[in-house]
Amino acid sequence: MKLESAEAMSMASRHPEAVPKEELVRFEGVSKSFGALQAVHGVSLSVAEGEFITLVGPSGCGKSTLLNMTAGLFEPTEGRVTYRGELVRPYNRKVGYMTQSDHLLHWRTVERNIAVPLEIARMPRPQIRARVEELLELVGLAGFGASYPGELSGGMRKRCALARLLAYDPETLLFDEPFAALDAQLRLKMQMEIRRIVAKLNKTVLFVTHDLDEAVALADRCVVFAGRPGTIKEVLDIPLPRERDLFGIRHNADYVGMTARLWDEMAPAAAQCGG
Amino acid sequence: MMILSRFAILAALLAFWEIASGRLIQEYLVSKPSKIAETFLDWVMDGSIFFHAGITAIEALAGFVLGALAGMVLGMVLGRAERLAELLNPFIMAFYSIPKIALAPLFIIWFGIGIEMKILLTGTIVFFLVFLNTYTGVRSVSPELINILRLMGANEGDALRKVVLPSAIVWVFTGLRLSVPYAMIGAIVGEMIAANRGLGYLLSHASSQFNTAGVFAALAAIIAMSVLMNTAVSVLAHAAMPWEKARQNREIAI
Ligand SMILES: Nc1ncnc2c1ncn2[C@@H]1O[C@H](COP(=O)(O)OP(=O)(O)O)[C@@H](O)[C@H]1O
Ligand SMILES: [Mg+2]
Repeated sequence: MKLESAEAMSMASRHPEAVPKEELVRFEGVSKSFGALQAVHGVSLSVAEGEFITLVGPSGCGKSTLLNMTAGLFEPTEGRVTYRGELVRPYNRKVGYMTQSDHLLHWRTVERNIAVPLEIARMPRPQIRARVEELLELVGLAGFGASYPGELSGGMRKRCALARLLAYDPETLLFDEPFAALDAQLRLKMQMEIRRIVAKLNKTVLFVTHDLDEAVALADRCVVFAGRPGTIKEVLDIPLPRERDLFGIRHNADYVGMTARLWDEMAPAAAQCGG
Repeated sequence: MMILSRFAILAALLAFWEIASGRLIQEYLVSKPSKIAETFLDWVMDGSIFFHAGITAIEALAGFVLGALAGMVLGMVLGRAERLAELLNPFIMAFYSIPKIALAPLFIIWFGIGIEMKILLTGTIVFFLVFLNTYTGVRSVSPELINILRLMGANEGDALRKVVLPSAIVWVFTGLRLSVPYAMIGAIVGEMIAANRGLGYLLSHASSQFNTAGVFAALAAIIAMSVLMNTAVSVLAHAAMPWEKARQNREIAI
C-alpha cells in the first residue's frame, strides 16, 4: 500500500515546479569534535524532499560523521541538525542507513534478514511474507530468499541490505560508500538500481562516495568537501535529467564536463590531505 | 576410504601393542589389548561398567548443564551491563584463577563424598569456560549492527533477541565444546579423590590393585564417554546454527 502511494507521489515529483519541495534535513553551522580532533567545521546545508545528494571528499573529512549526525547517532558539538524542522535526537527513525559493510545478520536467511524491520514493527507474519516477496522482486533477489548471506556474492549481499533498508520504508536513505567494494560492472548495475528505486519510491538520499564519477552520475546536487577539519568547499548542481540512463551518460557532455571539473576541484584537496 | 584407513591404523597400533607387550616392554606396565578386552567384557557381563559409567555420566552431565546454564546467563547479563562487569572484574578473575580441582576438599566438607560434590566440581569448571566465552561473545557484538536495528525502531529487547543472543551463540558453543573434556575431568577427578563408584573410582581401584588391564579398560570407557559427549555437543551445535554449515560449505578464498 505504501509502495502505491509512493509511486503516486513520484508521478507528481516529475513535475517539480508543481509541488513545492519541503526542506527535510538542515545542517546549521554544524561542527563536530572528537576530543581534541575537529572532524567537521561550520557545515551548513539544506536538503529538500526527494533530492538525491552526493557527498564527496577525501577520506577523513567527516562525511560519515555528517550521516551519523543525520541519523542521530552523534550530536553536533556546535550548531544544529534538524529533520523536518525538529532537532535530530538519538535514533532518527525517519532514516535508513546503509554502510560500506552490509551488516546483515549472518545467522538469518535472506528473507528473514529483510523481515527484521518488519518484525520490529510487529507486522503480522502473513503480511511480512508478502512484503518480503515484493522486496525480493524489487531488488532482483527473487529465488534467493532461503539462502544465508554467507552463501551470496558481494553484490547480492548489497541487494539484500538494500531490500532490508527499503522494507520499513524510511523516507530518507543514508548511504555511506555502499558500493566501494564492488567491481566496476556490478557497481554500475547497483547504481542504476538505486536511481530507479529511489525515483520510483520518491526517497530523499544522502549518498557518500569517494568515486567522483559516481558522485556526478547519481546526484541532483553534489556536495564537495575539503579536509581537515571537513568543510563544504562547493555545492554543484548537476544539470542531468531526473530520469537518466547511467550507462549512456558516460558520453553526455554535461556529465563529462562536471566530472572533469570535480577532478580539478579535488586534486588540490587530495594533495592537502595526503590521501 | 577414510574410515578404512583409520581402522587400518587402529588395527596396526593394537597389533603392535599386543606383540610388543611382554617382549619389548614388561607386560605389567602396559598390559595387552586382548587382556584389556577380556576385562572390559567381564565388566559388561556383570553389568558393573554400566553402573559406574552411569554414575559418571550423571555427574558430568548434571555439572555440565548446570554450569553451562549459569555461565550463559551471567555471561549475557554482564556482557550487556558494562559498569557491573567492570565492578566485578577483579572478583571474577580471582575466582577464575583458582585451580577448580583445589575446591574439591571444600565441596567434600559441604556435601560429603556423594555425587553432589562431583556435580558441583564439574559445574564450577564448566561455568567459567562458558561464562567467559559467552561474555566475550556478547561484548564482541557489533555496535553498528545494534545502531542499525535501533534506526529501524528496535528497543533493547529487540536488539537482545535479534542481535545479541544469536551472535553470541557461536561463542557459547565454543565454550560448550571446550567444556566437554573439563566436565569429564571434574567428574573423574572427583571420583578419584573420594568415591566408591564411578569410572574414576574404577580407574583408581584397578590401579591400587596393580591391575593394569583394568586401568586401560576404565580409560577406554572414559574415552568412549567423552567421544559421545563431544558428538552430542556437535550435533546440538549443528542444529542450533544451520548458517554455520552454509559458511563451511563455501570454498576458502582470501
Ligand atoms: N566515533 C568516532 N570517534 C572518534 N573519532 C572519530 C569517530 N568517527 C570519526 N572520527 C574521526 O573524525 C574524522 C572524520 O571521520 P569520518 O566522518 O569517518 O570521515 P570520512 O567518512 O569523510 O572518511 C576522522 O579523523 C575520524 O578519525
Ligand atoms: Mg567514511
